Parts: sequence; C-alpha cells; structure tokens
Amino acid sequence: MSKLDAKIPKGPLAEKWSKYKATQKLVSPNNRKKLDIIVVGTGIAGAPAAASLAEMGYNVKVFCFQDSARRAHSVAAQGGINAARNNKNDGDSVYRLFYDMIKGGDYRAREANVYRAAEVSSDIIDQLTAQGVPFAREYGGTLANRTFGGVQVSRTNYAQGQTGQQVLLGGYSALKRQVALGKAKMFSRQQMLDVVVIDGKARGIITRNLVTGEIERHAAHAVVLATGGYGTIYYLSTLAVQSNGSAAMQAFRKGAFFGNPSFIQIHPTCIPVLNEYQSKLTLMSESLRNDGRIWVPKAEGDKRKAKEIPDEERDYFLERRYPAFGNLVPRDVASRAAKERCDNGFGVGKTGLAVFLDFRDAVAKQGKKVIKNKYGNLFAMYEKITGDSPYETPMMIYPAGHYTMGGLWVDYNLMTTIPGLFAIGEANFSEHGANRLGASALMQGAGDGYFIAPYTVSNYLADEISNKVPSTDSPEFVEAEKNVKAVLDKFLSINGTKTASSFHKRLGHIMWTYAGMQRNAEGLKKASEMIAELKKEFWNDLKIPGKTDEINQELEKASRVADFIDLAELIVTDALNRKESCGAHFREESRTEGGEAMRIDDKYSFVAAWEYQGEDKEPKLHKEDLKFENIEVKVRSYK
Amino acid sequence: MKIKLNIWKQANAKAKGKFEKYELDDVDAEMSFLEMLDSLNEKLIKEGKEPVAFEHDCHEAICGCCSLYINGHPHGPGKETATCQVHMRSFKDGDTITVEPWRAKSFPVLKDLMVDRNAFDKLMAAGGFISIDAGQAPDANANLVGKIDADKAFDAAACIGCGACVAACKNSSATLFVAAKVSQLALLPQGKVEAKRRALNMVAKMDELGFGSCTNTGACEVECPKGIGIDFIAKLNREYLCASFSEAE
Ligand SMILES: Cc1cc2nc3c(=O)[nH]c(=O)nc-3n(C[C@H](O)[C@H](O)[C@H](O)COP(=O)(O)OP(=O)(O)OC[C@H]3O[C@@H](n4cnc5c(N)ncnc54)[C@H](O)[C@@H]3O)c2cc1C
Ligand code: SF4
Ligand code: FES
Repeated sequence: MSKLDAKIPKGPLAEKWSKYKATQKLVSPNNRKKLDIIVVGTGIAGAPAAASLAEMGYNVKVFCFQDSARRAHSVAAQGGINAARNNKNDGDSVYRLFYDMIKGGDYRAREANVYRAAEVSSDIIDQLTAQGVPFAREYGGTLANRTFGGVQVSRTNYAQGQTGQQVLLGGYSALKRQVALGKAKMFSRQQMLDVVVIDGKARGIITRNLVTGEIERHAAHAVVLATGGYGTIYYLSTLAVQSNGSAAMQAFRKGAFFGNPSFIQIHPTCIPVLNEYQSKLTLMSESLRNDGRIWVPKAEGDKRKAKEIPDEERDYFLERRYPAFGNLVPRDVASRAAKERCDNGFGVGKTGLAVFLDFRDAVAKQGKKVIKNKYGNLFAMYEKITGDSPYETPMMIYPAGHYTMGGLWVDYNLMTTIPGLFAIGEANFSEHGANRLGASALMQGAGDGYFIAPYTVSNYLADEISNKVPSTDSPEFVEAEKNVKAVLDKFLSINGTKTASSFHKRLGHIMWTYAGMQRNAEGLKKASEMIAELKKEFWNDLKIPGKTDEINQELEKASRVADFIDLAELIVTDALNRKESCGAHFREESRTEGGEAMRIDDKYSFVAAWEYQGEDKEPKLHKEDLKFENIEVKVRSYK
Repeated sequence: MKIKLNIWKQANAKAKGKFEKYELDDVDAEMSFLEMLDSLNEKLIKEGKEPVAFEHDCHEAICGCCSLYINGHPHGPGKETATCQVHMRSFKDGDTITVEPWRAKSFPVLKDLMVDRNAFDKLMAAGGFISIDAGQAPDANANLVGKIDADKAFDAAACIGCGACVAACKNSSATLFVAAKVSQLALLPQGKVEAKRRALNMVAKMDELGFGSCTNTGACEVECPKGIGIDFIAKLNREYLCASFSEAE
C-alpha cells in the first residue's frame, strides 16, 4: 500500500477551498505567539509566506543565502503574473484559468490544487497593488493586461519587463515591515544544510553562516521550504547561478517524497551559448514570439548572414509544421522543433546551435517605433550581451533549461510526507503538471505564500500548541550537525585537482544531452552510468581551497554540486520510468506517426512520488493516481 | 587577449587589505566580466592559490548582487550597466584593470570584493513599505492610478538596491536609494497615507546608519545601472520638508 494521501477535501471542485477554510482547525491569536515557524527562502513564495504568518502573530524566522531577501531569484521574472479577473471582459474565469493550466500541463497536475491556485489569483493582484506594486495601468487608471502563450484571453498583469522584481519587492517590503515590528527575524547569508526531524516531525534546520562559517541549529514548530527550482542542474540555464536543489534533496533524504523530478521546462527563446566560459543563459521573453518569426536556412550548413538569405531559401519551420499556431506554439513544442533543425545541421551562428528570431517583417509592417515600444528593453538587453541590434539583424536564440515543474511532493495542505515540513512555490511539484504556462509561476508562488500556506500551516499548528519548541541540544540536532560538518570537512580534505564548477559543468552536459529536451531509454541508461562515474570522481578528485570557518564560496558551490549529482540520478530514474511523452518530458519511444509527443493515459496518468531508500540505492516509487472529474482529457494538438 | 588585473584582496572584515596583481593571457572578448573573473578563479584554485571572492547571481542586472568598482567606476564602463552586463569587448588587449569593492563606511568589506549592504535592508525596514496585512487589500481597481503616475512610480521602483549610488558618492550618501523608494510609494494613492512618516523615518535612519548627506553632486545618477534620476531626490526633499512642517505644527 502506498502511503500517499493527497488529503483533497470532499465536495464539488469550486467549493473545496472555501469549505476547507470554513472548517479547518484554528490557532487563537493568543496562542500564535507561542508558536515558531521557520521559512527558508524569500522569493515570491517565501517572502509573502513569512510576512503573512508574522502578520497573524506567529514568530517567524526567515532564511536566504543571498545578502538580502530582495535578491531571491524571483526578482528576475520578466513577463507577468496571471489572474482570472476578467478585466478585459473576454470570457475569463476561475474555471478557464484552471482549464488552461490543466491542459497546458498536459493532464499531469492535480485538479483540486490547480483550481485553488486559480481561485486565489485575483486576490494576489489586490494584495500586491495595496503593497505598492506599480502594475501597468491604462490611461484611465485601471489595470492593463497582456496575453501570454497557450491561452485565448488577456489575463497577464505586468510591470514592464520586470514583473518579478516588482512583485517580489511587494513581498519583501511586507517582510521588512514585520522585521521592524519584531515578528519576523531575518537570517540572510545562511545556507540551509539539513532538515531536523524529531519523532517523525520536522522540527528545525541546520544552516551554515556564510560569513563566519559557523554551523547553526534552529528549532521551530514547523518548517516551510520556499527554496525555488533546480533548473541549474543543466549548469547553463535561465536561472540565477546560485539557484539549487539542495534543500529539496535534504528533505528527500530525510523522508520527503520527490514528485515528478524529471519534469523540467526548456524555454525556447534564450540567448544561445556564445563561448565555453559561459556561466548563464539569458531568457528573451516569450512575448517576442508575438511578432518575431523563427527560421533557419533551407540549405544545410548555410553560413551566409541572415540578410543575404532570400525568403525562398528560408525555412520558417514552426509556421510550416504547426500552421494553426505558428510561432506561438507552447514552449515544449517550440523548443523541440528548434533542436530538431539544429541536430540535423540547419542551425545558425558560430556553433550551429541557434535559430533566428526575426523582426524584419514586424519592423517593416508596424514601424520601428511600435516595436521599440513593445520590446525596447529586451532588444537593449540582447544587444548588451551579443553586441548585435535586433532591429538590424535577427536575434539568435536557442532553448535553455528554465523551470522545474517537479519538486517536493505535497498534499492539499502543501505539506510534504514529513509532517510539519511544507513546500511552496517552485520547490513543490504541484500545479503545473508536465509543462508550465507563462506567467503562472509567480501566481502560484504568491498564492501559496499569501493565501494558502497561512491557512494550512495554521491547521497543522493547531495540534502543536501544547508542544514546546524542541531544544537545539536534543540528540537529533546534535547528530544532524555532526553529519553536516563531516561532509564539509570531507570536501576540504579530498584535496584533488578539479574545481566544483568543473564538475557542475560536466554534470550539466550529461543532463542536457541525455535528460534534456528529448530522452530515450538508451541515453538515460548511459546518463545514469556517467553520473555514477562523475560522482565517484567528484568525491575523489574535488579541490576546495580555504577553510570552513570563513567566507568560502567554493565550499558553498561544492555542497550544491554534491546535491545536484544525487538529484541528477533521481531525475534520470524518473525519466526512465515514465515511458510516455507528456509536456516537457519527451520520450522518443512514445510519439505519433507524425513525430509528435504521445501521452499514454491508461498507464501514466499519475504523479510519480519517489521515496529515498539510502545512499546509492534506487528510490521507491509511489503513485498518486490523477482523477479528472471536471475536465475532459484530450490530446494536445497545435497543428 | 591579455589582461592585467589589479584586484583588492582582504581576508576578512578586520584584516587590512591590499591590491594583488594577476595576469590572464587568454581572455575572449565575448566573455562577460564576471566570466573573466570565474576563469581567473579556476586558474588560481588549480595553482593552489586563494580565489577572489565577489558577488553575483542573476547575471541580468536585476538582483543587485554584483557590485564591483572597476577602473574607478561603480559597475565599470557603460551607461546604465550593471557589473554583470560588462563584457570584455569593452577592454583592449594589454589593458590593466583595477577592481575594488564598494567603499563606504556603511558598507564594510567582508572579504575581497564583497561588502555588507545590510544597511539597505535596515533602511527598508525603517519605512520602505505600505502597512497592509494580507487579506485586507481593496480591489486593485478601486484606486485608479493614472498611467503617468504608474509609469513614474515604476521608474523609481526599478532600483535594484545594488548600492552603486553610495559607492559613487563622495559623501557615501544613500539619498538616491531612499529617494527612489519614497517617491515610488508617494506617487501611488495607496502609499500616500504613510508618506510623511516614511520620509521622516527613512531619512532619520539614513543618518543613524552613518550614510553621508546629499550635496547634489549628481554622481549617483551617472553611475546608477537603472537610470534612477536625481529628480527623485527633489521629490524626496519635498516630501521630507512637507512632513517636517506638519510635524512641527
Ligand atoms: C528568467 C526567468 C523569467 C521568468 N519569468 C516569469 C514570468 O514572467 N512569470 C512567471 O510567472 N514566472 C516566471 N519565471 C518563473 C518564476 O520566476 C519562478 O518560478 C519563481 O519566481 C520561483 O519563486 P520561488 O519563491 O519559489 O523561489 P526563488 O525566487 O528561486 O527563491 C528561492 C529562495 O530560497 C532561498 N534558498 C534556496 N536554497 C537555499 C538554501 N539551501 N539555504 C537557504 N536559502 C535557500 C534563496 O535564497 C531564495 O531566497 C521566470 C523564471 C526565470 C528563470
Ligand atoms: S538607486 Fe541605482 S545605484 Fe542606487 S541602489 Fe538603486 S539601482 Fe543601485
Ligand atoms: S548579478 Fe544580478 S544584478 Fe548583476
């Protein structure tokens, strides 16, 4: 028997959440001040969760590894945040947003959670606005909206191309207010290194103070992980370079199940790899595909400049393959099509791993001014990086790792399989199934933080009122600290010849090649062997300079890379197990005669939740069967 | 290309720092400045030497982590450019590049090129917010915000909290940073209620934290990677004066 229980409230879909709120257990304001909560992460999920819980009266300790909470990676989100407000009178509704997300996720997400995310979406915009987020407005003063890929309504709120920064600063300022009021305590420059579990419940964390190197123990009644995504597993990705999967892996090793680890979104429009030193790939917003046309030369290996290639010698391959959606097919489809052209020798640029995104026709038709108004800041960013102006010459783009739909498995309470350990935002697996639609990650993270976790964490804490916070001298803390220290000492004592980054780079290469946009059994098995070898080499030939009791950025990297290696194993195991194509997970063995992705619903309509079984042992699979009672399951087609 | 580097090395906050010289023979013009430093560190580690500590995360000029003082300019060459957007094509073969941390009393050096910018968080906690709990917010369309005000508030809100303005200022003043926040919130109807208190508290905190005062040199505006203009300082001064008068009443 599987231990999985998603704890979905009974009753009609649209009433589940209001019924939950009406009947959940409460903690009285008087008792809240006796309860301590740890929140790890200050992104669009963590900052609002910490602020909101502190506003309710709990004692909140908040952690992040950056020097300030305001620098969490959410700050880099560009395009926007969805909300079912029907601002445009264009037929939007909670149900339609729910429907779009379930379909966009290729029918691999849990209905009840997705519906709730859609339900709270509108409140988020109200809350953020009240906090001073300057969302774009029409001349009349009302909210402005834009359209994003994969949907037929305008429900995306935005603040130019810096929506993530603005919404994050909303949550951050709310958090600062609680810090000033003494209800939240901020611990920045702290790297979480373990979860402490006592009598089966999460009771604290072990961290390393990144300035002094000191190992610290922190206890609480509940722990909320809002530690973000692990797209950096590919080394090169659109994520900030320090983003990582470590907290999730620590929780996994302590018994939290990991949901759908192999579901990783590859974003089609990123600035391609320019040189071997590159440490980061830059996203060019999805919105560009509204006006840009994607093409490669018809002739293999054609190295002429874009301008010198006449129209009849260009292959607008998305328009050719998907006439109905053209350049606006969903991310997974666009990414694979670009890869297919490049793999067959039609790619452009120095490396041949790029395709053109061309604004020639749009500029000719609409004028440079209009295009500048729409995309000016993106064009400027592109020019800063590449030195080329997209007004004059087409952009070169290529897909890159971007977002992890997979993450810690959580139930309806957003609680992992370890009681008292919650996971919110990108760190959990929940709302996006096998593929995420644009502008819905900020929405989900903020929804979790402002409006869901405050209720569900309270519901859990109601039974903890009489329990004291455990002493940090309890044996579980002592043991966890000892283990953490042993690993750090080990990193330093190997004294080999290779840097942590060099291992990360090689791991990234393996993952990109065999567990990236396209996967097959043979490649995945090969990847598994290569990862095992890399792991051995890592633990025998790593070189970390310096000491543990000082600022040591290489040591921080080493611990992230060690976790990435284990996470890579888990991703490959999951990808091997799922012998169907769905969303971002494309198994070459499972495609239609036309070469398109083929889901196998009768076998794989489940969430794969993996349970740790010990170092280097194959994890155990638990299945959460997905039931679709409010939506008809269909084949996604964009032809 | 060949590049000579003159980099500030300092073991920790208490230690005395000094410049160290390094040379790289094989710098690609396409590299970003940060990638050039990565390659220096890879080399140093392999040679058994101490790498250079510096901060960076997003590489997209939005997180505000990167903070290098390059050849006498915060964030180096280029207008409205953060350190992470500087590329080696801005330099010539054979160039010597001097790299230092932000220098300001309120931003003590932690190690090499890393400084402690916690004072900015303290400034924010002094009033850089609107007091509203989750669950209390009115409909976002209940308060209409004219496009011009919304856009202006956005321009101020674009600040990434990097601290270049402080590093650029001969008085190490944080006025541009504070002005950006005070202006953003004062321009929006929802921020007006607390506008006076905010201006007074943030300015008082700025003095308390040891930031210098503003003498209108405009150096901050020139170096700000987000183009935050000193017209916001004028707005802050108005808000502050207005608040001081009503306080005195
Ligand atoms: C370039 C880019 C553009 C995007 N654009 C959009 C968009 O337009 N719309 C949209 O909806 N989504 C977008 N996304 C996705 C979205 O930004 C993310 O999914 C979302 O911001 C994640 O938020 P989070 O709070 O879960 O995590 P993050 O913002 O990543 O925060 C993670 C936090 O955890 C902390 N942390 C992590 N590990 C540890 C540890 N071991 N110890 C201590 N602290 C730790 C970090 O310090 C940080 O505070 C974009 C993503 C990228 C990469
Ligand atoms: S005002 Fe400009 S220079 Fe100062 S912190 Fe903000 S972005 Fe940086
Ligand atoms: S690294 Fe984020 S602003 Fe430069």
